[in-house]
Amino acid sequence: MTKNKDHCISACATPVRGEAGRTGDWRAERPVIVLSKCTPSKTKKASCYLCWLYCPEGAITRSIPVEIDLTYCKGCGICAAECPTKAIRMEPEDQFFATECPAPETEMRKRRRTSKKGSEGKGK
Amino acid sequence: MRRVKIINGNESAALGAKLCRVQVVAAYPITPQSKIPETLAQYVESGELKAEFIRVESEHSALTVCISASTVGARVFTATAANGLAYMHEQLHWAAGARLPIILALANRGLGAPWTIFNDMQDSIAQRDTGWMQVYCRDNQEILDSIIMGYRIAEQISVPMMVCFDGFILSHTVVPVEIPEQSEVDAFLPPYVPHLQATGGEPININPVVLAEPRANASGERCPSYMGFRMRLQEALAGAGETILEVGRAFGRAFGRDYSYFVSEDRCEDADIVLLTMGSLANEATVAADSLRERGCKAGAVAIRVFRPFPSDPLRRALARVKHVVIFDKNISYGNEGATCTETKAALFDGGLHPLVTNYIVGLGGKNVTAVDLTAATLKAVETQTHPAQPQWLGVAV
Repeated sequence: MTKNKDHCISACATPVRGEAGRTGDWRAERPVIVLSKCTPSKTKKASCYLCWLYCPEGAITRSIPVEIDLTYCKGCGICAAECPTKAIRMEPEDQFFATECPAPETEMRKRRRTSKKGSEGKGK
Repeated sequence: MRRVKIINGNESAALGAKLCRVQVVAAYPITPQSKIPETLAQYVESGELKAEFIRVESEHSALTVCISASTVGARVFTATAANGLAYMHEQLHWAAGARLPIILALANRGLGAPWTIFNDMQDSIAQRDTGWMQVYCRDNQEILDSIIMGYRIAEQISVPMMVCFDGFILSHTVVPVEIPEQSEVDAFLPPYVPHLQATGGEPININPVVLAEPRANASGERCPSYMGFRMRLQEALAGAGETILEVGRAFGRAFGRDYSYFVSEDRCEDADIVLLTMGSLANEATVAADSLRERGCKAGAVAIRVFRPFPSDPLRRALARVKHVVIFDKNISYGNEGATCTETKAALFDGGLHPLVTNYIVGLGGKNVTAVDLTAATLKAVETQTHPAQPQWLGVAV
């Protein structure tokens, strides 16, 4: 056990999941796994797991089916490069933006939506 | 009646460390401080001091060993000089950033090239921005006392300290030094409790990468950003003054020598002109002030004891009514002037004080500086009565 009298005096980290923050948002490319090509997922037998072995972030689970934790995956692409059956491919992250990160309603848009008809464009 | 030993500055530093019951010593030989680790090695070998003496291949490693040992809770000590301190530079930043109360005894020596083994303060002044406290001693008694006080101050505020003293002038000169009893030092100095207690079990990453914004760690505690840690180090040093005074006062009560001051003042009450120095030169400045008074020049002497944190307020108070300050620097910031001159002027500016300031660069590479030299230089400064654009080099013909 470690006890920090005051964790603000000097920096200290414990190696646990998430200690370095949600590193998934560093990703420029996303690994997409095709389970029909992935050996353990397809055969339902614990085997291969080279992606799990090589993942430097520990973001891949040695399970059936294999799972990639996108909260922490930084998108390095090592899993895709190592997969012997080419079951993982790297896709540009921006194509997921529209569905996963809808633009938040800004104050300006909200005002525009709730404002009375005809008031827009006046006073220019 | 306390025991008095006739010893040199190096032995005084080693004895101070021994009385503080340091647990780990790592140092590399370099003139003029080699006698410090040699003496400590002897203490360890004879069983007088229960400590690990770790032999290293360089000063960089010496401080690295100290950083590691201090992190896990040992009271550690190292000593060096000149190029050895320069070689520690990276780890000096690390020790302060990791907030480890390491005490480093420094026998001030000039830096190469060209080589010199003799005294000036270029080595420690060049490290003033590493986040260490810096204390400058005027005699061998102050070396021993500053080390004992140093541990109490450093461990209280988690900031390392350099105890600086002039190489050869103090390190190799034997004078009487009063040695406190071990029991007295034990009563004065509580055991070291590190701010981070690593007791085994779960692994931890100490001083990992820290991002530019504050972030919650895995246990949900909000942790400072990089700038947050830097700001806290500055706050610790800026606020160290109170602790330094308090410990200096407590030392006076325990041992009869009070250190509750940042600058020493001699004959300053009615002084028109003040000789400002640091380290052992303070003794010559005091004699020079006396001799100037005999010639009808109302002189006083001010010596900076604590250089980091810089004593701006005490200096402003000491120099408030002075018309002319003559600053003697055993260092130079090339392209500008001596460091104590720059910093003193900044302190005066903030206080709205504008005395005439003359800066002399003196004693580099062991060049002898006598009270007669200081007297003559002060008289010359009084005669010219102008702000010289450049610092004056005392006694340099070629």
